[in-house]
Amino acid sequence: MVTYLDHAASTPMRHEAIEAMTPFLDNLYANPSGSHRFARVARKALDEARDVVAEALGCNAGEVIFTSGGTEGDNSAVLGTVRKLGGVAVCTATEHHAVLHCVEHVDGVVVRVNNVGSVDLDDLARVLQEATPDKPITVVSVMAVNNEVGTITPMRDVARIVRKHAPNALLHTDAVQAACWIDLREITPLVDALSLSAHKFGGPKGVGIMVLKAGKQLEPMIFGGGQERDRRSGTHNVAGIIGAATALHFTDITRADEIERITKLRDRLVDDIVAALPDVLETVPREQRVPGVAHLCIKGIESEALLFLLDQADVCASAASACASGAMEPSHVLAAMGLSREWTNGALRLSLGHTTTDADIDTAVRTIVSAVTQLRR
Amino acid sequence: MKVLVAMSGGVDSSVAAAELKDAGHEVVGVTMRLWGGESDTGCCSVSDVDDARRVAQQLGIDHLVFNFSDDFNKHVVDPYVKAHVDGFTPNPCIECNRHLKFDRLSERARLLGFDAVATGHHARIEKDDEGTMRLARGADDAKDQSYVVHMLDQKELAYTMFPVGHLTKAQVRDRAVELGLRTATKPDSQDVCFISKTGGRETFLGNRIPFRPAQVVNEDGSEAGRVEALELVTIGQRKGLGLPGGGPKQYVVDVDTANARITVGDESKLFCSSVVVKNIVWSDAQDTQRLRVNTDVLVQSSAHGAAIPATVEVLSDSEVRLTWREPQRRIAPGQSVVLYEVTNNFVVAGGIACAN
Repeated sequence: MVTYLDHAASTPMRHEAIEAMTPFLDNLYANPSGSHRFARVARKALDEARDVVAEALGCNAGEVIFTSGGTEGDNSAVLGTVRKLGGVAVCTATEHHAVLHCVEHVDGVVVRVNNVGSVDLDDLARVLQEATPDKPITVVSVMAVNNEVGTITPMRDVARIVRKHAPNALLHTDAVQAACWIDLREITPLVDALSLSAHKFGGPKGVGIMVLKAGKQLEPMIFGGGQERDRRSGTHNVAGIIGAATALHFTDITRADEIERITKLRDRLVDDIVAALPDVLETVPREQRVPGVAHLCIKGIESEALLFLLDQADVCASAASACASGAMEPSHVLAAMGLSREWTNGALRLSLGHTTTDADIDTAVRTIVSAVTQLRR
Repeated sequence: MKVLVAMSGGVDSSVAAAELKDAGHEVVGVTMRLWGGESDTGCCSVSDVDDARRVAQQLGIDHLVFNFSDDFNKHVVDPYVKAHVDGFTPNPCIECNRHLKFDRLSERARLLGFDAVATGHHARIEKDDEGTMRLARGADDAKDQSYVVHMLDQKELAYTMFPVGHLTKAQVRDRAVELGLRTATKPDSQDVCFISKTGGRETFLGNRIPFRPAQVVNEDGSEAGRVEALELVTIGQRKGLGLPGGGPKQYVVDVDTANARITVGDESKLFCSSVVVKNIVWSDAQDTQRLRVNTDVLVQSSAHGAAIPATVEVLSDSEVRLTWREPQRRIAPGQSVVLYEVTNNFVVAGGIACAN
């Protein structure tokens, strides 16, 4: 039995999503852009999926763009704006690389974060105020929930500051890690653009959802047949989109119950580990992060060694992001939060999701305590 | 046994993993990510990691990547740069073995409960009648790598395995072909992994340190030429010194970093009768006692150089003087010097050549 605590990397697909998409992998194979009855079946399913998504996000169906994933949404928002309007891109230091590397690529400005990994609102205001007319800030991207440590961004405050100091900038949020834990209808109205990734909420990999509010324009990243109202070309991934919409719907209607259930499991997981082991830091206070993430910094050990022992015991967890070779990179998130290497060397992210059970927590606690004890000998 | 095999993505370590699996060991493969910068095989040598992983998949063993790039910078790259500043000729591959493979990796392996670490080096480890572990040359004379793993002491020798040491390179390749491994025909790596072919040593060092111009003088102090980068000059060097053509061949016989002065002389000035070797690591620490009296040894001072007869005088636990039977060309300070028993089979000790 595998104990899977890496839901923030990818969560198992919801069975409802698999069932909904299967016919479109099989006999309903037509291209929805076609002009025959067979195509219309696919087109109808696609249109309905868009309505389902719009409902869960609190936006109009016309504002929904289907993409290949969270990375494409992030790239489109940052690069698409700078290519369309020029100007300067701004993001925070703890963004996912899908945003951060885009902003760095166009020589943008990176805003500091505080010691819990949340945007430093004063620094954000300062950066926006210091912009000059010849170099206006055209896009600001601030993640709704951090993927490593789970910190929730006060998006209302971010929106207020951006609207005040950079009223013409496109405000984008990478909400990939928010979908399971925050009602997206609370976030969508605050921003101009929002990106999601289906496989983080029980949909398939290779599908993303982007919201781009009416009246906002981006330079497309992909040109071709003009699908998605010319905003994103390429034949629709019909099955994937239907899987994504179905998963989002079920995530939405079960969210409140899941928050309650997972919070209890997560708290027990952390409490039991901290009680059994000295020198374990809960990286971000619980009230400031989503229920699904337990991020710990464990002194006196190295993440790579710990993950190996956990893997040997069939417990799947993670530390930070991996580079192309598969090697673990020192976390830019923890570094930006100002944590010392003494703590960050032993970073461990345990992330919970819709399939996590009480038994998973029991196994994880037992295995982690024993592995850390072995490594500290 | 539970064995952690270091897989570089080359043919030797691929076959090493296969041999261990065949012998019935519980095998896990690991590729160390060492160099994060530019290289001939791409960022963090992704293609080599891919090869190692695909071989591991084919053999049905787990494959891990350990990121030791900080340690690599600290123990290999930074000292490599500093050595050039100080006028030494370093051997980074040996320092990588000393600090990464047979220290950082083996410590990690012990912590994780492995019984041994294995690599694809062409060398052998044998236990003698008294129970002492001996590091022997590999079966393939031309590919022997005992020189580059000479720093293994009794503790590390007891924890290390060289599964292809008893094979010739041709046998290793045959075995890889037989198993259908994708690395079967991959060429041997020759160069320092963090120095790219396009830029070379000059570009690498030039990006990290300011080069100092230096005067080139004859032994009588008269000016003979000029170089732009003192840091790139090695004892014994003959070219690139700005010397006028004609006359007898002139070689670098001294590099004075303090005064930015390079002395050239004829070949005879390169010869010397002895060399002091520091930072000695003994295969068997008891040899410091056994060798107190002057003992004959064979000495190798480059990866595939000849083994030269000398007598050894132990100056301290970590320092010896080697007196050549016949005068020898000076060994560039900073080079690794390895002592073999007179049979030329077993490593006795190794260290770093001092400046005379």
